[in-house]
Amino acid sequence: MADKPRLKLPKEAKKGDIIEIKTLVQHPMETGLRKDASGNAIPRKIINKFSATFNGAPLFSAELEPAVAANPYLQFTAKVDQGGTFRFTWVDDDGTVTTAEETIAVT
Amino acid sequence: MSRISRRDAVLMGASVTLYLSVADGGAALATPPEAEAEIAKFTGGKPAQDGKIAIDLPEIAENGNTIPLAITVNLPMSADSYVSDILVVADGNPNPGIAKFHLTPLSGRAEVGTRIRLAATENVIVVAKTSDGKLYSDRKQVKVTIGGCGG
Repeated sequence: MADKPRLKLPKEAKKGDIIEIKTLVQHPMETGLRKDASGNAIPRKIINKFSATFNGAPLFSAELEPAVAANPYLQFTAKVDQGGTFRFTWVDDDGTVTTAEETIAVT
Repeated sequence: MSRISRRDAVLMGASVTLYLSVADGGAALATPPEAEAEIAKFTGGKPAQDGKIAIDLPEIAENGNTIPLAITVNLPMSADSYVSDILVVADGNPNPGIAKFHLTPLSGRAEVGTRIRLAATENVIVVAKTSDGKLYSDRKQVKVTIGGCGG
């Protein structure tokens, strides 16, 4: 996962707004069902868990299966009553953890 | 070496298409046990009501490798009662599970989106659970031209 995760959310919002958050991380989401050119099974390697917190409080999480497309895209919402920091975490089958953060100002 | 005439080739093509469409029709009828088991694990065997769920999926997907899916559950997201979990399964994939989403009152709305893989023409089944134990379910069929789980 060399590329930085892509995040799309507003930089600012009004108190009480429900904002939309879009995230995407580069990952093959290898299903474990495919075979390579010489007929050997390609081992499964997917992002199996995603979670998002806002100012440390759980906001949203997802458990993913191989039936989620490559470069897993997730879209969800958050009701913001105060400014703060969103923190996003992706967990790979091999234990690799990727994180990203984004702040929002609330007026 | 025998040659295949143009007419034969057309006939062969037609019979293959017919065979495929019959096979698809059969697969779409009942929910297979694997998918049922996945749903039962989520619901605890309790029945789910219809309605409240809007599933946004294309009717026809040319490429089963990446199909946009959006789910909206039309229920309030208050601290007392909110949509806490959403299960997505497919009834014709090699493994039924697609994803499980966990929401909180902080979510504001019960709205999630992702992109999924479907191996063939099949149903996507969504089950939503509220924090106070209510269950809702809905399903939508997607016709898939080229499957997305293969090798």
